Amino acid sequence: MTDAELRELVVRTLTRIAPEAAGEPLDPAVSLRDQLDLDSMDALNFVIGLHETLGVDIPETDYVRLATLNDIVAYLAARRASKSEQP
Amino acid sequence: MPALGASMEQGTLIEWLRHPGDVLRRGDIVAVVDTEKGAIEIEVFEDGVLDAIRIQPGETVPVGAVLATIRGDGGAAATAPPAAPPAAPPAVQSSGAAARPAAASVTPPASPAARKLARERGVDLTRVQGTGPRGAITRDDVERAAGAAPAAAPVAGAADTAGRMRQAIAAAMARSKREIPHFYLAATIDMHQALTWLSAENGRRGVIDRLLPAALLIKAVARALEDVPELNGFWENGASRPGPGIHPGVAVSLRGGGLVAPAIHDANRKDLSGVMTALRDVVSRARDGKLRGSEVSDPTITITNLGEQGVEIGYGIIYPPQVALVSFGRIADRPLVVNGAVEVRPSLTATVSADHRAVDGHRAGLFLAAVDRHLQQPEAL
Repeated sequence: MTDAELRELVVRTLTRIAPEAAGEPLDPAVSLRDQLDLDSMDALNFVIGLHETLGVDIPETDYVRLATLNDIVAYLAARRASKSEQP
Repeated sequence: MPALGASMEQGTLIEWLRHPGDVLRRGDIVAVVDTEKGAIEIEVFEDGVLDAIRIQPGETVPVGAVLATIRGDGGAAATAPPAAPPAAPPAVQSSGAAARPAAASVTPPASPAARKLARERGVDLTRVQGTGPRGAITRDDVERAAGAAPAAAPVAGAADTAGRMRQAIAAAMARSKREIPHFYLAATIDMHQALTWLSAENGRRGVIDRLLPAALLIKAVARALEDVPELNGFWENGASRPGPGIHPGVAVSLRGGGLVAPAIHDANRKDLSGVMTALRDVVSRARDGKLRGSEVSDPTITITNLGEQGVEIGYGIIYPPQVALVSFGRIADRPLVVNGAVEVRPSLTATVSADHRAVDGHRAGLFLAAVDRHLQQPEAL
C-alpha cells in the first residue's frame, strides 16, 4: 500500500467519525483535533477504525504521535513496514 | 406521546414500525417521533400485542396523548384513556411503510433521521438501497433516492431541527435559572491513582476494549449517588422525588450544534467495561440521530465534561426537573500537596450544581467527597 493509498484510507476512516472530513481538504500538517473538533471518544473510535481496517493495534502510549494526518500516515507506514520485515 | 424533554409539549409521529396484531416485547421499538431533540425512537415498556393505532404519521399531538393501545396477555388493552380521533386527515401523509397494511413487507432498517427525511421528501423506504451498517438506510441513501427533489429542502429541514433544539435548550435553561435556586460547590481531585490504574488496565486490553477516563468519572458519580442519593432525582410539584435508578445523563455535543444528554441506565450496577460500552453506544447514536425515548427522558442527573476543550471549572445549569448536575474540568498536571510535600500530579476540578430546594450544601459536599473517594480506588469501581 502506497502512502497515498494509506492517506486515503485514513481520511475515509476519519470521515466515518467526522463527516465534515470529506468536505473541505484537511491540512496534513495541522492537528486533526483542532481541524475537526475531535474529542477523546472520536479519537478512540478512529483508532478502533484503523485497527479494524488495517489490523494495526495502536498502543495508548503512541496516541501522542498521531496528531496530524502526516503523523498518522508516517506512523502507520512504519508500523506496516516493521510488521512485514518480521519473519 | 412521551415527554422527551423539560420543555416538550407536543411531538409529531413520523412512522409506525410495527403493525396492529404484532407481538411486542418490552424494549421493542414501535415508532419514530419528531421532537425538539430530533427524531427519537419510541419503545414499549410492556409485553403484549399491538392492538390499535390511534395516531397516524404526520399528526402532531400533545405530550400524554395515546399513540396506540397494547393488549396485554389477558386480552385487555393496556392504555390510558383513548385520545380523541383526529379531527382532520394527517397533515403530511408519507408514501412509506406506515401507510401500508399489516401484510406489507417488513420495514427496512433505517435511522430515525433517515425516516424523518424520507417522510419529508416523500421517499418510499422499501425502494431504497441501504448502505449503512447491516444494510441500514442512511440520510445519504434517502437523499440519493430523492433524486431530483429540490436541494434546498433537506438543508431547511436540518436548520429547522437545529433551530428547534436551540429553542428547547433555551426554554429549559431559562426555566432552570428562573425556578431553581442553584448553588455550586467545587473540589480538586487528585487523578494520579485513577490514571495510573487506567494506563495499566488499558495496556492489558485490546484496542476495542480500552477505557476512557470518562468511564471512571461516570462510574465514580454513580457510586457516589449510592452514598448520597438526594442528588439523584427530581423536584416536582413542590417536593423531591428520588430517581427510580441511577441513570446519569451524559452531555454529548452534536456536530451540527446543540447537545443531548442520553442516559446510561443503572450506571452504578455496570462494571467499567459496561459503562464504557454504554457510553460509546449512546455517544455514537446521539450523533447519528438514533436515540431512544427512554434514553432521552430517563436521566436522573446530568454529567458534563468540558475538560477536553481546556475548561478548568464548569458551573452548569441544572436540567429540570433534575436536582443536580456534575461538571468535570480539564485533567492536567498541577502542583498538589501530597503527604506534606508539593508534587506534580494530574488533577481536575469537579463541580456540582445543586437545587437548594432539594438538597443542602452539606450533602452536596459529601457527594463531591464521595466522588473523590471512589476515584482514589479505581480498581474497585
